[in-house]
Amino acid sequence: MAIKVRVVERPERTFATQIYLLEVWRGLAITFRHLFVNLFRHSMKALGVKGFLPGAVTIQYPEDPAVLGKRARTRHRLLKRDDGAPRCTACLLCETICPAKCIRITAENAPDVTVEKRAKTFDIDLGMCVFCGYCVEACPVDAIHMDANEVELSSYSRKDMIWNMPELLGDVPKLPSQVGRAVDPLKP
Amino acid sequence: MTFAIPLNDVLFTTAKVLFAVVGVGLNIAGFLGWVERKQSAVLQDRIGANRASIFGIKILGLFHPIADAIKMLTKEDFVPKGAMKPLHGLAPMISLGCAMFCLAALPYGGTVVVAGRLYDLQPIALPMGVPLVLATLAFGVHGVVMAGYASGSNYGLLGALRGAAQMIAYEVCLASALAGLLFIYGTLDFSEAVLWQVTHGVWGIVVQPLAFILFLTAGAAVTKRTPFDLPEGESEIVGYHVEYSGMKFGMFLMTDFFESIVICGVITALFLGGWSIPGLDLPSMGPLGGFLMVNSFIVKMLLLLFLLMQLRWTLPRFRFDQLLDLGWKNLLPLSLLNFLATAWVVYLWR
Repeated sequence: MAIKVRVVERPERTFATQIYLLEVWRGLAITFRHLFVNLFRHSMKALGVKGFLPGAVTIQYPEDPAVLGKRARTRHRLLKRDDGAPRCTACLLCETICPAKCIRITAENAPDVTVEKRAKTFDIDLGMCVFCGYCVEACPVDAIHMDANEVELSSYSRKDMIWNMPELLGDVPKLPSQVGRAVDPLKP
Repeated sequence: MTFAIPLNDVLFTTAKVLFAVVGVGLNIAGFLGWVERKQSAVLQDRIGANRASIFGIKILGLFHPIADAIKMLTKEDFVPKGAMKPLHGLAPMISLGCAMFCLAALPYGGTVVVAGRLYDLQPIALPMGVPLVLATLAFGVHGVVMAGYASGSNYGLLGALRGAAQMIAYEVCLASALAGLLFIYGTLDFSEAVLWQVTHGVWGIVVQPLAFILFLTAGAAVTKRTPFDLPEGESEIVGYHVEYSGMKFGMFLMTDFFESIVICGVITALFLGGWSIPGLDLPSMGPLGGFLMVNSFIVKMLLLLFLLMQLRWTLPRFRFDQLLDLGWKNLLPLSLLNFLATAWVVYLWR
């Protein structure tokens, strides 16, 4: 494809722009148009008249669900093979490439000789994860995805930010640990 | 000095001043806090603050100014170690006090006859009203300078210096823009200026359109709000009130609103016919006339505030050299030329 060169004309400083009043007026025209159009749309919505665009683009998040893009990188998910075993072969590529060093894997011998190795533990510290998606790119066996569509990941302790393998596989629901939960550091 | 003023007059004057400062000033300033949020939100396709509620009632976020006030009153009133404590405390009082005083000198109404007695609806009626208001507004810059100087912070001092340079530049324009108009009116009294517009049946904005634009620009600069908010300069230096917290900071915020109200009040009185409504002879209508006067004045003032608020959310901040150029090299010569031309025309006319 040929490179297109688009010459942007430098705006000329005419007398009309220099006295600035005209430009102020043009700016005001834009903001006033937005103001009155949006006010009209808001009042139409308040009156219950259908057929107008919404007056604001705001998503009132905690009440309305968050709108995620199709390719949004959300919480990690470990995938399983057809026989139900985790796909992960504990090759440690994801742990190696992770720039935030938030993945911790320990390996063990797999009973399946074609796989040789499997993960004994697979922890992701979401408190440290930067959601770059490198682990997904690096995985040679397509064992890890970032498509759990879950973004509300906060917890009351750093420890609770660590997800272990059953939780990432979806076998066990993530529950807050009882230790360290809502502990007031000021109380003895 | 005589003390032969009837008690009625003292009570009435007190009531008027209270109405001006509390009824008009504090209410509109609180309301402006809401308008600022909502107007900016709507014109930027947003919703704006809508969460503060009392027993689940929200009314489009109207309770947010109350939440603000509670927050500011209950926050820690922090004075930094290097600050000069008396000056640090005095600065917001000077700023807000000056703006409040100006509010009491505005002509909310003319004179009305109620039950055979003549009542003047201007809280502080003085023959030197216009220069008094301008001088008091200019005095408010002492609060800004004092705040920056007494905080013991370089950023505060920078903001204060900017504030001083800006206020001096634009106070000059403010006064000189009015010169031509006051020359035509032949008075320095607000109520007589309004009466001139009523008797001649023409508003000051028609007589002196250039002066209106100059005064509006200089007035917007004096209120230290966004196109001219260099003393604050939120995104570069936090400005002269960087070391203030709690209600003292709130007082500086309120000063900006109060000064906007004062500027809009002065413009209303001198350029937009003050309390007059075209086609109605308000002074002869008794109590109803007085009621309409005050309301007409406040409605005109609110419309101007709406325009200033829109300007504030439309224009980006000036650079400092541009700001001073605009003040000294453009507004001041233009306003002086305007005054000379006016004097010439009036001389030829007579």
